[in-house]
Amino acid sequence: MQQNQSNTKITIQDVNLWYGEAQALKGISLDVSEKRVTAFIGPSGCGKSTLLRCMNRMNDRIPGCRVEGDILLEGQDIYASGVDVVQLRSQIGMVFQKPNPFPKSIYDNIAYAPRIHGMADKGSGMDELVETALRKASLWDEVKDKLQQPGTALSGGQQQRLCIARTIAVKPDIILMDEPCSALDPIATAKIEELIDELKNDFTIVIVTHNMQQAARVSDFTAFFYMGELIEFGDTGNLFTQPSNKRTEDYITGRFG
Amino acid sequence: MSSRTTEKKKLARRYGREKRFKAMCIGSIAIALLFLALFFADLIGKGYSAFVQAEILAEIDYSEAVRDGKYKMAVDKQMRKIVSRGWLRTLPLHLEDHPELVGTQEAKWVVAISDVDQYLKGRPHKLKPKYRKLVDELKAEGKLRLAFNSYLFTRGDSKMPELAGIKSAVIGTIYVLLLTMLFSLPIGIMTAIYLEEFAPDNRFIRMIEVNINNLAAIPSILFGLLGLAIFIGFFGVPRSSALVGGLTLSLMTLPVIIISARVALESVPESIREAAFGVGSSPLQTVWHHVLPLAMPGILTGSIIGLARAMGETAPLIIVGMIAYIPDAPSSILEAATVLPAQIYTWAGEPMRAYAERTAAGILILLVVMICLNGTAIWLRKRYERRW
Repeated sequence: MQQNQSNTKITIQDVNLWYGEAQALKGISLDVSEKRVTAFIGPSGCGKSTLLRCMNRMNDRIPGCRVEGDILLEGQDIYASGVDVVQLRSQIGMVFQKPNPFPKSIYDNIAYAPRIHGMADKGSGMDELVETALRKASLWDEVKDKLQQPGTALSGGQQQRLCIARTIAVKPDIILMDEPCSALDPIATAKIEELIDELKNDFTIVIVTHNMQQAARVSDFTAFFYMGELIEFGDTGNLFTQPSNKRTEDYITGRFG
Repeated sequence: MSSRTTEKKKLARRYGREKRFKAMCIGSIAIALLFLALFFADLIGKGYSAFVQAEILAEIDYSEAVRDGKYKMAVDKQMRKIVSRGWLRTLPLHLEDHPELVGTQEAKWVVAISDVDQYLKGRPHKLKPKYRKLVDELKAEGKLRLAFNSYLFTRGDSKMPELAGIKSAVIGTIYVLLLTMLFSLPIGIMTAIYLEEFAPDNRFIRMIEVNINNLAAIPSILFGLLGLAIFIGFFGVPRSSALVGGLTLSLMTLPVIIISARVALESVPESIREAAFGVGSSPLQTVWHHVLPLAMPGILTGSIIGLARAMGETAPLIIVGMIAYIPDAPSSILEAATVLPAQIYTWAGEPMRAYAERTAAGILILLVVMICLNGTAIWLRKRYERRW
């Protein structure tokens, strides 16, 4: 498949992670390809979200969390001592499970991050940036007349697209999505999936999902995790049609999980 | 059939239990309200009369003798016994300021001694029978009235109850409260932010947290002793001053502010912090731009309630000497001052009857201020409460 001809954006090499005494990730190694969608699937507690949160060092905030191994962003170890986490996170954006817009206006939700990163000043430059971000998140037509209304007044699906727009506005290379549709209804979910399909032209996307059909629909590559281990990783089409591991097969056919 | 009847019985028992429980709850509320009503009825009944005061229409003779210090000569002999001596004493100074009045006469409503006032209000008094007659006569002639007691608000403490007011205590309270705010708010809020947002989770931090929680439950008089030892004994802050009072009350208020601010910060959902970190905010930006604005109503509410408690506090202030007799309002934070609750305490200990109603009036005024403060806290919370 032509999809496979892509550069590697993130290299994960033998990553182990502990929450206190409990080991949550065991020797994970995989490559995330540039401008492709990589899906992490697996039953609850398998470590897929944990690994996702390693990729922008969101786990730093959890007391007792210890990471071993290398996570390389374009060859640079993101856990190296000189790395600025704030900068890293502006390069690797994140969309969360529950839509979490700031309790500010729609406009300010988008404009906040560019403002603190000094990407645009107030005025037309910022207006343009906000519009671009909202257009890319397919939200512009729905909110263009009410930019000053609070973001929290939107519907769940709109809020999630607002969060995606907010992430896009920082112009990251990579967008991490942690079960972005789990709090949404099927119609809102379909919209987000459509959006993901468009976004992969510009961004590298890693998505954690509970929904195997979703992984099959939106992703180019799929990784199956079980009990902190990476069981199988490969081309989505192959993984879902011809899983090489028994456990993968059991999971995707619904025998457990 | 039989199983059905037992079901019914069970249901009836459950309903009965629920009814009894509800009745007990309503009963508790009723008892609480009853006490509150009794408290207010008693205070208002005793205190309302302090807001009016007996005044006599007296002929004032602004003679040269008065200007030269023989102030008693300003009214005739009989009047001297029922017109407030404290008021007459102010005449020489008044005439020095207004020399054009010397030699003139004037009929003027002047404040009566407290016994006349109490006699008029039908309260226990020590007025001799012959003056009682005089007072009755004056009343019949319309030369005696109960007028609004402006001295209660415009004068400081006095040894003559008819001239005693709460002004110096109010100004002392304002100084002390401002100083308490100045010291305890920034320190308390910063501490809470550090503990809630930045502090690592280790044994040392946990020890600090436990100690702060314990401090909130310490009897307030101990803070007075601490203030005495540290601020007066060690740093040499002037005794009885608003500064030492403010510092001492800050110590007392700090734990309350820290705890309430931490609760407010804790109630900001984690998703907001994640959202902020997710778009690359620094920890400082996350706290300053997102967490603090959302926590602010809660922090303010807690702080106002803490300050209101400090305002009503007497025990620690007695220890640092703020229970003094303060007739003149302090003009700086280093001068001897007193506060409203301490003034109430002082008046409550006075033997003269007219102080009793002033005590009740002082409590009413303090309560009104407290209700206003708590009302502000509620208003702030409602005003800035935001949903997320």
